[in-house]
Amino acid sequence: MMVLVTYDVSFEDGNGAQRLRRLAKICLDYGTRVQYSVFECDIDYQHWPLFKAKLLETMDPAVDSIRFYKLGKHWRDKVAHHGAKPALDIFQDTLLL
Amino acid sequence: MKQLQNCLYITKDGAYLHKQRETLLVEQRIEGKKHKLLQVPIHSIGAIFCFGNVLVSPQVMGFCGERGTGLAFFDQFGRFQARVVGQQHGNVLLRRAQYQFSDEQQLTFVKGLVGAKLQSSRAVLQRHLRNHGAVTEVKQASARLKQIIESLPVQRSIDSVRGYEGEGAKHYFSVFGQLITNPKFEFNGRNRRPPKDPINAMLSFLYAIWGKELSGALQGVGLDPQVGWLHTERPGRDSLAQDLLEEFRAYVIDRLVLTLVNRKQVKPKDFITDVSGAVSMSDEARKTVLQAYQSRKLETINHPFLDEQVEIGLLPHLQAMLLSRHIRGDLASYPPFCMR
Repeated sequence: MMVLVTYDVSFEDGNGAQRLRRLAKICLDYGTRVQYSVFECDIDYQHWPLFKAKLLETMDPAVDSIRFYKLGKHWRDKVAHHGAKPALDIFQDTLLL
Repeated sequence: MKQLQNCLYITKDGAYLHKQRETLLVEQRIEGKKHKLLQVPIHSIGAIFCFGNVLVSPQVMGFCGERGTGLAFFDQFGRFQARVVGQQHGNVLLRRAQYQFSDEQQLTFVKGLVGAKLQSSRAVLQRHLRNHGAVTEVKQASARLKQIIESLPVQRSIDSVRGYEGEGAKHYFSVFGQLITNPKFEFNGRNRRPPKDPINAMLSFLYAIWGKELSGALQGVGLDPQVGWLHTERPGRDSLAQDLLEEFRAYVIDRLVLTLVNRKQVKPKDFITDVSGAVSMSDEARKTVLQAYQSRKLETINHPFLDEQVEIGLLPHLQAMLLSRHIRGDLASYPPFCMR
């Protein structure tokens, strides 16, 4: 399933930058970074609870927020990119370097 | 059902692959500075193909071995060099059954394979006849292939089937050049080691890659890719993978090469001929070819036996699974892949 993960981290207390970094790393394990705090994660149902738990553990619910958008099977029809730095579709594009 | 995962092809000189947490990180050092080329989650990658001078960290190799992710190395000319093999998967009883395949089972299997191969070769010729009108030689070759296919069921030995296979292939490749409508390319029969023209270079390259995918798929279901029946056993040769390759050659690879040439996606200047007459692809050409190959793998077709929509890239895994079912005795015969 394709999940769009976005988050907002508060920098007011001292650990904001650390939490931000950790969240990004967890998201990178499961998906691609499409914008700074936006990740497209294609994840199967067995890994999903773990992934979610990791993120929720890392954030500070008092000041940060995370949003999950489940895009479903036909997610490709729902996504359009405009402008610079198009994200690559790791399941369809030829990964050729 | 297995999901079709993407393959990663690395042709950048000096690229370095390593594992960072659960992601695969590809870096290149330019003038002492590291440049990040790509970072992807490892679970989205089904196989990694490295060409030329590519460095892979032991952690990545270990991971590939453990997870059954394909990892193969080719030299800068696209010739196969090595493959990482993890722990032996699957059931030892299945492998033993494979080694004890009876003569009769072998013969039936080989007949099926050769039949499917010639049938799909013929389909390529027929397709050309439909699209471009009748050409006498092509028509003759197609008719001859039909005769050979019809004579297969009564054959009594594997050797005679091999003989017919060779004859069929000869007829097929003798007219293959006529299917090329782009006047800038010529094809005068199949040759390899080394390939002597661009068409042969592309065919050899793609057969090699598809062959490696088949080896990986066979190992994935627990079969021994080295024990085959159409191809005799030879040290270092994945005979069974080569056997299964037969049923795909025309449908997957030959048609792809024809498309690339006839649609002028590759040009004669994309190929390099060295002094010995060996022809290889330039980096540009290899990119074009791999991109076309990747999109071919993503096309969905209706599997003739399973009657299910599947991606072409999954076919090696499906056929390996069907073969293992046959060897295990769950399927009365192996249904070779054959598109009408």
